[in-house]
Amino acid sequence: MNLLLGSLTIGLILSLLGLGVYISFKIFSFADMTADGSITLGGAVAAVLLVSGVSPVAATLTATGAGLLAGLVTGLLHTRCRIHPLLSGILTMTALYSVNLRVMGKSNISLMSTQTLADTAEQLCTPFFGTGGNVLLLGWQVATRDLSVLLATLLLVLLTCLLLYLFFRTNLGTTMRATGDNPQMVRAQGTDTGLMITLGLALSNGLIALSGALLTQYQGFSDVQMGIGMLVWGLASVIIGESLVRGGRLGLAICGVLIGSLLFRLLVAIALRFGLNPNDLKLITALCVFGALVLPGWLSSLTSRNMGGRHA
Amino acid sequence: MLEITSYSKTFHAGTPNEVKALEQISLTVQNGSFVVVIGTNGSGKSTLLNAVAGTFLPDQGQILLDGHTITNWSEHRRAKLIGRVFQNPFSGTAPGMTIAENLAMAARRGRFPSIRWALGHHLLDECRDRIRTLRMGLEDRLDTAIGGLSGGQRQALTLLMATWQRPALLLLDEHTAALDPRSAERIIELTNEIVTKNKLTTLMVTHSMHQAANLGDRLIMMHKGEVVKDSSGADKQRQRPDDLLACFDQLRRREMLDESAAEMLREQYV
Repeated sequence: MNLLLGSLTIGLILSLLGLGVYISFKIFSFADMTADGSITLGGAVAAVLLVSGVSPVAATLTATGAGLLAGLVTGLLHTRCRIHPLLSGILTMTALYSVNLRVMGKSNISLMSTQTLADTAEQLCTPFFGTGGNVLLLGWQVATRDLSVLLATLLLVLLTCLLLYLFFRTNLGTTMRATGDNPQMVRAQGTDTGLMITLGLALSNGLIALSGALLTQYQGFSDVQMGIGMLVWGLASVIIGESLVRGGRLGLAICGVLIGSLLFRLLVAIALRFGLNPNDLKLITALCVFGALVLPGWLSSLTSRNMGGRHA
Repeated sequence: MLEITSYSKTFHAGTPNEVKALEQISLTVQNGSFVVVIGTNGSGKSTLLNAVAGTFLPDQGQILLDGHTITNWSEHRRAKLIGRVFQNPFSGTAPGMTIAENLAMAARRGRFPSIRWALGHHLLDECRDRIRTLRMGLEDRLDTAIGGLSGGQRQALTLLMATWQRPALLLLDEHTAALDPRSAERIIELTNEIVTKNKLTTLMVTHSMHQAANLGDRLIMMHKGEVVKDSSGADKQRQRPDDLLACFDQLRRREMLDESAAEMLREQYV
């Protein structure tokens, strides 16, 4: 049960990464490699601020802001300096590796004796669960801390999803979606598509840095290597979510990312539980993404072939 | 009023593919005038429209529109003044978004997108009213994604969007060329209706001699980046499709344009 709670929490935290990747990759069709750097940046900024005594909420918000800036840099590299999307992301990501080391001053920071959002969540939930350290959930003994953190993360993620949905229904959000859909049309309606892409990437990397800040506080440390391969995790949530929730409607797509991230994390947890070598994790991730990309197409071509056979 | 003064543009300058697309073009279009532009392939008529729309900036020359010198304005900045309908029906609308969302953007053309609800009740009512004027039954399908509509329907909506806010200039770039004959006819009817009703200053490029003869109050023929014929008033009203075709033949003979050169030009532009 504790394993389940843990993977659900991480799944929720990483769904914010998924949403960030959804914005850049799906809405703007922009393969933004900044993610690997900005998730670490979020973690690094949050960790440094927490250790220096800043309140967890302020630290998390500042980390999100740092991510916004990182996205802004990638956006400006692409739109103002006309650098290829992939390259501008790689440039920012590479630069961020050094920036993250500078921010942290060393390659990892422990938050063991520091007040984090996880502690805040636990304190907030104390009136409901008591101070016994354990509560009974569906017949299982679970640590109150784990349960409180899960609930707080769930609330935060749902709130973010709602805000994001509402944002993409505003004039600015609609124009951003249109920019990914048909930039020529957006220019003909008098909006600078470059500005929309830049703002969109800022939003995307802000979410990714928020995800990094939460992850750092959940796991109790920040590490300069923690971002490596994270983009693929985000992609996995987006693509699994997309293959589960079809239709392309905005609200559904956001739910899809959430479900995709949770499901993917659960799959990984189960695989690890049954003796998967952690070193193989990235390989398995890549295979999962491959499966989610290719299987729906194969399945639908199989069924349509069968249907065709019946008609003939 | 649109005023183009000795505008020149050369593409791929200094390479074997160099094309002098527009050469010292000067053109003045009075307010409320409906100008039809025809010309041979590669004559620069679409380039002229793109030059006005700001798809590229000139090598030399000046463009004045509605009292503004827009010569160095970016494409999106000019869109405050200019409504456009493209040749490709897919170019003018965002396919993944609903009819209402597309129209909402047109209703606010030229203003920076705010963080306000994109689809208010007033706007939806207005959308319904305006779409009804297209008489295509789309007013009850505001929540349909535009990608599912036919080319004709999309082009009608693009036309509606381009003229939602009265543009200082309407640019129509062969906007019926990709449609089936019936849809094309319907779009031309709508165009004529909207342009005459609102007295819009319009530049329309067309391949159809029929449209060129029947629409507008001024006709411009382009060839090799220059205006070779400009008729308006009674002279324009006298033009029949056959006269225009004869004009093309004459041009071809005069220039003794051989087919291989024509082919080369076509490859450059299509």
